[in-house]
Amino acid sequence: MLDAPTTKTPAPKVISGAREDWELVIGMEVHAQVASNAKLFSGASTKFGAEPNSNVAFVDAAMPGMLPVINEFCVEQAVRTGLGMKAKINLFSAFDRKNYFYPDLPQGYQISQLYHPIVGEGEVTVDLAPGVARIVRVERIHLEQDAGKSIHDMDPNMSFVDLNRTGVALMEIVSRPDIRSPEEAAAFMAKIRQILRYLGTCDGNMQEGSMRADVNISVCRPGDYERFREADDFKHLGTRCEIKNMNSMRFIQAAIDVEARRQIAILEDGGEITQETRLYDPDKNETRSMRSKEEAHDYRYFPCPDLLPLVIEQGWVDDIAATLPELPDEKKARFINDFGLSEYDAGVLTADKTSAAYFEQVADGRDGKLAANWVINELFGRLKKEDQTITTSPVSPDQLGGIITLISKGDISGKIAKDLFEIVWNEGGDPAEIVEVRGMKQVTDTGAIEAAVDAVIAANPAQVEKAKANPKLVGFFVGQVMKATGGKANPKAVNEIVSAKLGL
Amino acid sequence: MSIDLETARKVANLARIKVDEDRLPAMAESFNTILGFIEELNEVDIEGVEPMVSVMPMRLKRRKDVVTDGGYPEKIMANAPDAREGFFAVPKVVE
Repeated sequence: MLDAPTTKTPAPKVISGAREDWELVIGMEVHAQVASNAKLFSGASTKFGAEPNSNVAFVDAAMPGMLPVINEFCVEQAVRTGLGMKAKINLFSAFDRKNYFYPDLPQGYQISQLYHPIVGEGEVTVDLAPGVARIVRVERIHLEQDAGKSIHDMDPNMSFVDLNRTGVALMEIVSRPDIRSPEEAAAFMAKIRQILRYLGTCDGNMQEGSMRADVNISVCRPGDYERFREADDFKHLGTRCEIKNMNSMRFIQAAIDVEARRQIAILEDGGEITQETRLYDPDKNETRSMRSKEEAHDYRYFPCPDLLPLVIEQGWVDDIAATLPELPDEKKARFINDFGLSEYDAGVLTADKTSAAYFEQVADGRDGKLAANWVINELFGRLKKEDQTITTSPVSPDQLGGIITLISKGDISGKIAKDLFEIVWNEGGDPAEIVEVRGMKQVTDTGAIEAAVDAVIAANPAQVEKAKANPKLVGFFVGQVMKATGGKANPKAVNEIVSAKLGL
Repeated sequence: MSIDLETARKVANLARIKVDEDRLPAMAESFNTILGFIEELNEVDIEGVEPMVSVMPMRLKRRKDVVTDGGYPEKIMANAPDAREGFFAVPKVVE
């Protein structure tokens, strides 16, 4: 049984207006593209970057008479994602039509799940700092179709539409309004991405649009949020505005901040917030109303007559649950418990599955803390400097593990280990062999070290006198001996011998 | 529920169907007749009856995650009133 780390809940962000203080209340809808080969209801490819309109089946183009057939893999990924967020899986779910007109939506409606989503309530722990985390409740996860892509800058008078993305499966992960600051919003998005990547249900690539978020923002006076939580009644909260389609952590934070300040200015001026959909403009750092969306907000949902309800079996859900990988929170707790790592280090190492696996291989049968230091400080530092990733690392886990074994055995000092790391990085090879062949082994032979110490003492009589008066100066001798032995002397042994010879 | 002129106008607009102002009253009345007919169904007691979603006892048909379709942009674009460089070209829609 792992100890549950004790965590504190962070304080909400408070923005001081001209008259009073305001708190932020944020809910998010994260759209995550399912990592499938084919679309949700057609056999067309989901591959990114194809020629325009080449990954389009007649179903996606809404040709008359074409009928949707659900991709079972996409259903499985939604269930998997739900399980990864400790959520309730609904064995009965159904599809509805959300009606609106837009050129990149040829059907005139999006097939979604309003009334009976496949996944119900769950939760996500959002780590903010060691010992500080926010539990964000997940309201639901449903499956829906993505729309196509409109390109507005290729022609002055026309918009160009590419339907390649039309019909690609999305999981919409809807949070409750439990997020209380711009930083928490970005951290929530990051945590969702981390979980999805661990599960393998979405590639989490925000640049390619695999993950986007709609952010709902309102402001309230201190104390109102607690009243809302207690009564579960939205009347205690302010009117919210929704900022659509954010695909960068940085912009999410900036948009929340600027939108909250806009609302506060209106409220302090005696005005009212109109519930509406807004867009964030990063160039001007402002949000503005999407007027066209207002009328269309009346989506006239109704059950999709082309699709029977989706009924899945508990046995199938159990089978999926049995294949879940160890998730980030569990892995982190295990790293802290089993390897004695700090929460911070465990967090860094479990940020992604590949790094975690790399570390585990390095730490296998070795000192976990030492392994963590080497992976985080030396390896990650070097990878970052060279613009490489863990998957392209020229130093394999076995090689790094070999270096750590040599340190632990006392064969090489930490300083020599860094030189050795450098050699392995540039030239490859077996660390133990390199140490042997190049004579990098630490000198533990006390006779040899004593001779070196004697030589240094003999050469520096003035320093000897000073050191006798001030034992802190012993470092000078240790340094000189290390230098004389090319850094190969065991520093601990040198220290002891120097002290003994100087009679300290 | 009864449909007034304003609701009829709104529904037409949401459906992007152009209805001339002088035809709205007749349309509202048609809606009301239809809704009135449907409301008669409310008289049936359906307490405890599962909603019937299909006449045939069928399971939702599923497909495997295999690419079996697409790759014919020329067919997709065949009916486009305006197509340029492989895209559908539509009047500018920008927020």
